[in-house]
Amino acid sequence: MNVLLDNFPAFRDGFIGTVSITAVSSLIALVLGVVVAGFRVSPVPPLRFFGTAWVTLMRNTPLTLLFLIFFFVVPEILFPGMSPFVLGSLALGFYTSSFVCEAVRSGINTVPLGQAEAARSIGMTFAQTLQIVVLPQATRTVIPPLSSIFIALTKNSAIAGAFSNAELFGWQKLMSDKGYDIVPVFIWVAIGYLIITFTISGLFRLLERRMEVAR
Amino acid sequence: MSASVLYDAPGPKAVVRNRIYAVVGSLAIVALIAVSIMRLADKGHLAPEMWDIFNYAGIRQNIADAVLATLKAFGLAAVGSLVLGVLLAVGRLSDHKPVRWVATTFIELFRSLPLLITIYAIWVGFLTDYSMWALAAGLSVYNGCVQAEVLRAGINSVPKGQSEAAYALGMSKTQVMTTVLMPQAIRSMLPTIISQLVVTLKDTSLGFIILYPELLQTARLIASNTQVNGQYPYVSTIVVIGTIYIAMCLLLSALATWIEKRGRRAKTGIKVAPGVQTADIPTVEAVPGPEAGGAGGAGSTADGAAGAGVTKD
Repeated sequence: MNVLLDNFPAFRDGFIGTVSITAVSSLIALVLGVVVAGFRVSPVPPLRFFGTAWVTLMRNTPLTLLFLIFFFVVPEILFPGMSPFVLGSLALGFYTSSFVCEAVRSGINTVPLGQAEAARSIGMTFAQTLQIVVLPQATRTVIPPLSSIFIALTKNSAIAGAFSNAELFGWQKLMSDKGYDIVPVFIWVAIGYLIITFTISGLFRLLERRMEVAR
Repeated sequence: MSASVLYDAPGPKAVVRNRIYAVVGSLAIVALIAVSIMRLADKGHLAPEMWDIFNYAGIRQNIADAVLATLKAFGLAAVGSLVLGVLLAVGRLSDHKPVRWVATTFIELFRSLPLLITIYAIWVGFLTDYSMWALAAGLSVYNGCVQAEVLRAGINSVPKGQSEAAYALGMSKTQVMTTVLMPQAIRSMLPTIISQLVVTLKDTSLGFIILYPELLQTARLIASNTQVNGQYPYVSTIVVIGTIYIAMCLLLSALATWIEKRGRRAKTGIKVAPGVQTADIPTVEAVPGPEAGGAGGAGSTADGAAGAGVTKD
């Protein structure tokens, strides 16, 4: 208990750090993942190829390596002096985007072909088919896998802590450097993560129930 | 692409439009890559001297040692996680409430914690001087929990009649588990198990943080200890090491896909879980069914949350 009470401000900063890097990189992953999924299902071969290459590369690269790339290579290409928070969120977001892309793509693919054909045959335009028929069904299928993807993202954000971001792993490191016993430190960090992941899965369950329809 | 949910077979107008998109899209992608390469060249990262460092026997030896170290940790973690996975799966399905309770708590706790946190805690708390064992232990604990959930899903997917028949023959629970349920569960879940092993392989790179001299740690050392033209060769090192990682992971994924295809051909009547989609088919594939987030999703969305999907069925 002492570990927490004596170092509460640092713990709070760590907790907030984890929450904020998770939130920012989730947003990046979601936007990028949907765009890449759009590429992968598009009828344009080069875009499809780009999407496939993106997913294959991102999924087979260790996240730690991706972090190294974002901290040592990307600043050389873009501009130097980006903050670790930005670089970390970008690395996490890019990595997770490949998983989001696959979830969205399989979500779109679960919509039976006949539905879209029926929509087209009664004269709906592409936008209408997408908005009224395909997307509402695809969204429902995508929600459960997305929930586990974002929980994985939360857990992966610990790596950002090893790359000079203030978050819970950084707190664990700091406390063990200060010589506190690792077991209570571990327990407090665990509780911090459990709070975040339970919140995410709770939110998604709520969303799922909201959007539930009989099929 | 003639039959897709989103797009009808293109008419003449759409064909023209798609061609325009194709040209514009490829130009944009090529431009993006070209700009990146030019920027890197400007800063001298593509100079031949930067890449020359890989001609030195010492550096090659370092990389070879690092690959070996990575594979060693991976091998230990693979065996450890599979053994632990079987034990935990059996524990979760035990008839004794305390055993079930302990196994479930263990799985839920370590599966929902970041692997890095677990590895670090084991390293600092128990195995400070043995970073390889700390890494292997952390990986085994985490992946063991995920494998346990995969195996449990596999056991639950064996038709109930099989175990009933085995009990009717007078087999004990242990016999039913080891001779009837486990073999079938392992067989049907093999692709998912292997794709989780790919995740394990990728996660060995976390050894970087506890200073285990694996591939990534070595890369970092090479890049920060050699100075070429007044610069550190991060770009060339990362490209080389990244290629090695991607090649290793793709090989393992290919194994999973191959096993899955083989399993599909065999007519044993047990459904083989879809493994990783190695992303070689850009076209829209057949509908994977509503439980896309289930066993199959565990393989493809794997990282970390792998088991989560499996639990839901």
